[in-house]
Amino acid sequence: MPSDNKQEVYFSNPMLKWVDERFPLSKVLREHATEYYASKNFNIWYIFGVLSTVVLVLMLLTGIFLTMNYKPSAAEAFNSVEYIMRSVEYGWLMRYMHSTGASFFFIVLYLHMFRGMLYGSYKNPRELIWLLGMMLYFCLMAEAFLGYILPWGNMSYWAAQVIVNLFGTIPFIGDTLVEWIRGDYYISDITLNRFFALHVIAVPLAILGLVFAHIVALHHIGSNNPDGIEIKDNKDAQGKPIDGVAFHPFHTSKDLVWITIFLILYFGAVFFAPEMGGLFLEVDNFEPANPLKTPEHIVPSWYFTPYYAILRSIPDSLLGFIALVSAVLCFVFLPWLDKCKVKSIRYRGWQYKVALAIFVISFVSLGYLGMQPSSGIYLILARLFTVVYFSFFLLMPFYTRLEKTKPVPDRVVYKK
Amino acid sequence: MKIFNKVILLSFFLSLFSVVYSASSVEKKSNDYLPALNDITDSKSLQRGARNFFNYCAGCHSLKYVRYNQMAKDIGISEEQLNSYLIFTGAAPQDVISMNMLEEDGNRWFGKAPPDLSMITRVNSNTYVYNFLRSFYPDKDSPTGVNNKVKDGTSMPNILWVLQDEMDKKEFDSFVLDIVNFLDYAGEPIKAKRKSLGIWVISFLFIFLILSFALYKDIWKEVK
Ligand code: HEC
Ligand code: HEM
Repeated sequence: MPSDNKQEVYFSNPMLKWVDERFPLSKVLREHATEYYASKNFNIWYIFGVLSTVVLVLMLLTGIFLTMNYKPSAAEAFNSVEYIMRSVEYGWLMRYMHSTGASFFFIVLYLHMFRGMLYGSYKNPRELIWLLGMMLYFCLMAEAFLGYILPWGNMSYWAAQVIVNLFGTIPFIGDTLVEWIRGDYYISDITLNRFFALHVIAVPLAILGLVFAHIVALHHIGSNNPDGIEIKDNKDAQGKPIDGVAFHPFHTSKDLVWITIFLILYFGAVFFAPEMGGLFLEVDNFEPANPLKTPEHIVPSWYFTPYYAILRSIPDSLLGFIALVSAVLCFVFLPWLDKCKVKSIRYRGWQYKVALAIFVISFVSLGYLGMQPSSGIYLILARLFTVVYFSFFLLMPFYTRLEKTKPVPDRVVYKK
Repeated sequence: MKIFNKVILLSFFLSLFSVVYSASSVEKKSNDYLPALNDITDSKSLQRGARNFFNYCAGCHSLKYVRYNQMAKDIGISEEQLNSYLIFTGAAPQDVISMNMLEEDGNRWFGKAPPDLSMITRVNSNTYVYNFLRSFYPDKDSPTGVNNKVKDGTSMPNILWVLQDEMDKKEFDSFVLDIVNFLDYAGEPIKAKRKSLGIWVISFLFIFLILSFALYKDIWKEVK
């Protein structure tokens, strides 16, 4: 792998040579791009990590431009957003790219996590990559919630109200905690100010650090693949994995195609359906915050609705809050709940396949139910799917032990 | 068991589509409740809508996020036309479209002050506003003498009743639709441009897709 004599021929440009003598530029490029090998049989499920990175960059860039004109004050926030939409050159584009980007971030992220569940990416030796990913997921949920409050529309206000009050259900310290979060006796200008600080600097910094660690850990171990086998077990005479191809130019050229397809879908939404029928931008948020006017249905953004349905399916508010938190935390324990040694779903027994299919159905159904009123048949279904949701995780150690797996091949399956 | 993966995938997308479909809520219908099929790129309609708005609505309703001169530019009228036909309040062209009623007065006179209409089509829909304006009917028991099938007990008087009598139904509907079109513009002035720019961006991306795919094929030739 990287050797000293190669280092000399990497750059011919004298300026780059000068830099390379003082900074490990060629070393980094080699280890993370031109001589970083990943399986040649990646399918579509392997694109979502790259796409998360693309969306992250879009969010950071558009966020900077929004911050230039946004005013984090209860009196001015709503007006400043309309000012961005109407008077700032291309302000509307920055805003729509940012608001649509939030939803696409979660679409991409859920698919990214689901890939992990399809191909056992969380299993030994990638547990830490998974845990860092989970931390990213938590940070992104916080980031999305905080951002949702900033336009100070009526739904912003009431969502803040509902979510912050959840902490009030904690015995003894609840009320003090809620007051500490708000910085006031009610959701106010002060709350908006601190949420702004967290949204534009604190959480993004944490996310960037975590993404860095996520990728460093990944490159240390190497990517999994749809067959769930380690390509490093099969190396040629030069020590290069036989089933791997270099990240650059092979994976980069393939990623570019997918990124373009992704951008077509994303900009399709940005330009033609930024509200997405109320899913990406809720209509109640086109009215300024009004403490006297509770929206008819307080519904969080679509990406939180599965958890919201779980919260509401439990009659007791403290237990509901606990259920909500555990529902999110469940994913953390997957590496230890899944007892099957085989990674990829291609070679696993029917038990896991069935369980995963049912889990997906219950997750999506909960997402739907979270947008509906919590009563009647909706409530019954939400309770049913909540039970299914938790059973998937709690029973996993049992049903994954029973699996009769198929023989795993030595080499990845690759059809040209 | 590749089938199995496909079934998982399929069930995922099917359930996703059903969620999106049902989320785009269906509005309540009566036989006269019609969708507002306005065309925001039709500047003639926008100009008529502006004229109607300033003649019939601006006395009570403001458009506090819209500036006169920006609006004139967007809907394609000159500043002279703006000054002589649309500005009745002595406002300067760079002012926002406000009106002179104080909120307390509005509340006292009407029971509920007339709301600002800059965002009305976004909070409610075009279709809602269209039908609201078409659904007044005489009602002896109401202080305004009218009531509304879409918003029961509304405190807005039927401003358009003279026209409703003078015009035939088709003329009247298109008169109202022009107002709705103008309010749709006021809710999101960039809407028409957004879509036309979008076509360019997406077209560019499709061309780029072909190029990037060719590049990918070329680079992956050697991978066996
Ligand atoms: C005489 C004053 C007056 C005039 C002129 C007037 N309105 Fe109103 N309008 C009101 C009042 C008062 C309300 C508040 C009614 C309510 O909330 O019940 C209102 C409410 C509305 C609403 C909101 C309805 C809702 O469901 O919230 C719309 C839309 C509206 N007006 C459109 C118009 C349009 C378009 C015109 C011009 C054709 C117009 N109005 C002219 C007084 C007026
Ligand atoms: C900002 C959010 C995130 C970014 C930018 C990101 C980025 C990436 C990238 C670029 C890869 C390599 C390409 C790929 O395999 O798709 C990757 C792999 C991985 N990610 Fe993430 N990720 C994010 C969040 C998450 C989350 C939330 C999880 C799960 C809880 C997660 C779990 C994993 C795992 C397990 C791998 C290795 C997969 C394998 O080799 O099969 N990541 N991530």
